[in-house]
Amino acid sequence: MKTQTIIAIKFLMIMTIMTGIIYPFLMTGLAQLIFPARANGSLVMKDGRIAGSELVGQKFDSNIYFWPRPSAIDYNPIPSGASNLGPTSDKLKKQVKERRRLFVINNLITDTTAIPKEMLFASASGLDPHISPESALLQLNRVAGGRNLDEVQIQKVKQLIKNKTQGPQYFLFGEPRINVFDLNLALDSIR
Amino acid sequence: MNEAIQLIIFMLSLVALAPLLGRYMARVFMGENHLLKPVFGWLEKLVYRISGINSEEEMNWKTYTAGVLLFSLFGFILLFLLQILQAYLPLNGEKLPNVSWHLAFNTAMSFTTNTNWQSYSGENTLSYLVQMLGLTVQNFVSAATGIAVFLALIRGLTRKTTEFLGNFWVDITRSVIYVLMPLAVILTLALVGQGVVQTFSHYEKAVTLQGAEQVIPLGPAASQIAIKQLGTNGGGFFGANSAHPFENPTPFSNFLELLAIIIIPAGLVFTFGHYMKSGSQARAIFLTMIFLFAAGLAISLWSEYSHNNVLNVSGSMEGKETRLGVMNSVLWSVTTTATSSGSVNAMHDSLSPLSGLVNMVNMMLGEIIFGGVGSGLYGIIIFIFLTVFIAGLMVGRTPEYLGKKIEAYEIKMTIVAILAPSVVIKLFSAVACSVGPGLSSLSNSGPHGLSEILYAFSSAAGNNGSAFAGLNTNTVFYNLMMGSGMLIGRFGIIIPVLAIAGSMARKKIALVTSGTFRTDNWLFVSLLIIIILIVGGLTFFPPLALGPVVEHFLMNSGVTF
Repeated sequence: MKTQTIIAIKFLMIMTIMTGIIYPFLMTGLAQLIFPARANGSLVMKDGRIAGSELVGQKFDSNIYFWPRPSAIDYNPIPSGASNLGPTSDKLKKQVKERRRLFVINNLITDTTAIPKEMLFASASGLDPHISPESALLQLNRVAGGRNLDEVQIQKVKQLIKNKTQGPQYFLFGEPRINVFDLNLALDSIR
Repeated sequence: MNEAIQLIIFMLSLVALAPLLGRYMARVFMGENHLLKPVFGWLEKLVYRISGINSEEEMNWKTYTAGVLLFSLFGFILLFLLQILQAYLPLNGEKLPNVSWHLAFNTAMSFTTNTNWQSYSGENTLSYLVQMLGLTVQNFVSAATGIAVFLALIRGLTRKTTEFLGNFWVDITRSVIYVLMPLAVILTLALVGQGVVQTFSHYEKAVTLQGAEQVIPLGPAASQIAIKQLGTNGGGFFGANSAHPFENPTPFSNFLELLAIIIIPAGLVFTFGHYMKSGSQARAIFLTMIFLFAAGLAISLWSEYSHNNVLNVSGSMEGKETRLGVMNSVLWSVTTTATSSGSVNAMHDSLSPLSGLVNMVNMMLGEIIFGGVGSGLYGIIIFIFLTVFIAGLMVGRTPEYLGKKIEAYEIKMTIVAILAPSVVIKLFSAVACSVGPGLSSLSNSGPHGLSEILYAFSSAAGNNGSAFAGLNTNTVFYNLMMGSGMLIGRFGIIIPVLAIAGSMARKKIALVTSGTFRTDNWLFVSLLIIIILIVGGLTFFPPLALGPVVEHFLMNSGVTF
């Protein structure tokens, strides 16, 4: 028993050094060497400042931008999280109704337009950077109005939405989607 | 269509890779020559030399159990101390305060029992130091402990007239150096390639396109996420776990992580086959698991895609990520509860009632549908004993498994192992439903509130770790109740299993005759499935009927809470 106790303590120390120090440091070194941009958060610079991460959704509520999904944490990442409202939640039912109403009014679309699900429901992380291409197209009129775009420019934005749409990864994995931050970043450069 | 293809790719990869990994692991644990022995053999020897381990020396079941308990105890103490002292320790760039004693107790218990229940969010609670020196270490060794207990049990079943079950320290060392570590290194790099962060830099401040400030949390996440998946641990680096864009940034990272969750538990089934020198015995277990897995998945997919009359939607996106979609979220939820992983890529609290039910049933059955690394297999072997015993009663023969007689002592221990987690789930849930501190943490009311509590204790007892996260468990009441539940759910099974291993090792192996009850054919697989469902189903049917089942019917008639 005494022998086992001593072994247990020494063994825990060695495992801690091996898997708790050497392993994460070695992995950080290799990651920084092979994929430095990704290992550091896929940050995007604009005017010499960090404008955000390509992977982390951010809040847009101005009419000159495309809007992301509803977020339970209002896109404040500390900490990430969801609404955790259940399938029979009265609160969620009211939220969905209100989101539908606002989406129709703000985007100047008709009451009967089918609104993609992700615009009515909050994401799991609260930081979902994507929406579906359909959701982006439905917002086009609003953005065009917000930016006073002419017909030629609107066609350019339409083309942009098309270009920024990601199909399934490696032709196999995931759903068609568009990164809102990425789209808005490109939108700012349309003249 | 695209969903179906992704599902098929996942199932095919599982069925193709599990036997290969299983064979490799058998070579590792039997001490034979294998691919990595020449590469890391020196490291294995170095670990033995420094810790004073004689790798040739084998242990009887009591010494083996003492090793498991002592090692877990010291791991618990170290992790507890790291948390309550983190403010004084280095690598705390965000100046996070010390963790409260009850949260530290819960988290330390959670990670040493391979549960990884999290009453906190990593990004605003734990320093980089605690994440790696505390949590990552336990992610490795608690998984390795599960494998070690499983190895002791199969040695007990396949050896004859001996006291010895192998050496606990050797089993852990080999699991870590030759299995978990190499796979974790590969997965870490693959994940960073997809966008998972791996850095020691402080959190960054961004100025968004609209001019607001956004703090972007960073950290050595990929190295921890790789082992969190491979070791069926499941504790996220960030609060949203594998729904967080930095933990699971792309559909491909999702596929890799999903496969990583299930591949070792599935592979170990075939490792068992190599020990028994019988592929057909292993295939019988694998078929049982695949059947139960597929049945749960089918129900869950059907339920999630069905129309929700309250929200007027089919395939709700509440608590799901766009890049992953409904199918990948459901597939993950079934995989993470069938194995004892507990990592999530969607919020289970917002799943449809019957999808939530499948998750709970997976955990209530004792985490045996692939289950945790090692723990899933010793769990299902417990159910095999029960099945053989009941079949023996029916035909009036002494029950045998792999030529070993199963007698009163083994059955007593089997019953303890099956009852221990069940008691936690039902009794602890009942207490939580009857006292103020249990009810005040709820975020949903009506039957879904009961489901939140029931889910929490199923998760604790099954050492799963996933949650109906609306329940706020960072309270003294829940941190202590859940912590105790995890303890009972872990060692209430491990100790009886090791006792069975010791008793089985002492027995002779009887020859197979025409009168032997076969445990590798369809008849046996069907019996095993029925026993698992009856024991699990009957035990938990009443609370499930009051929770998710009632909610399903009320949802169909449009009732809200």
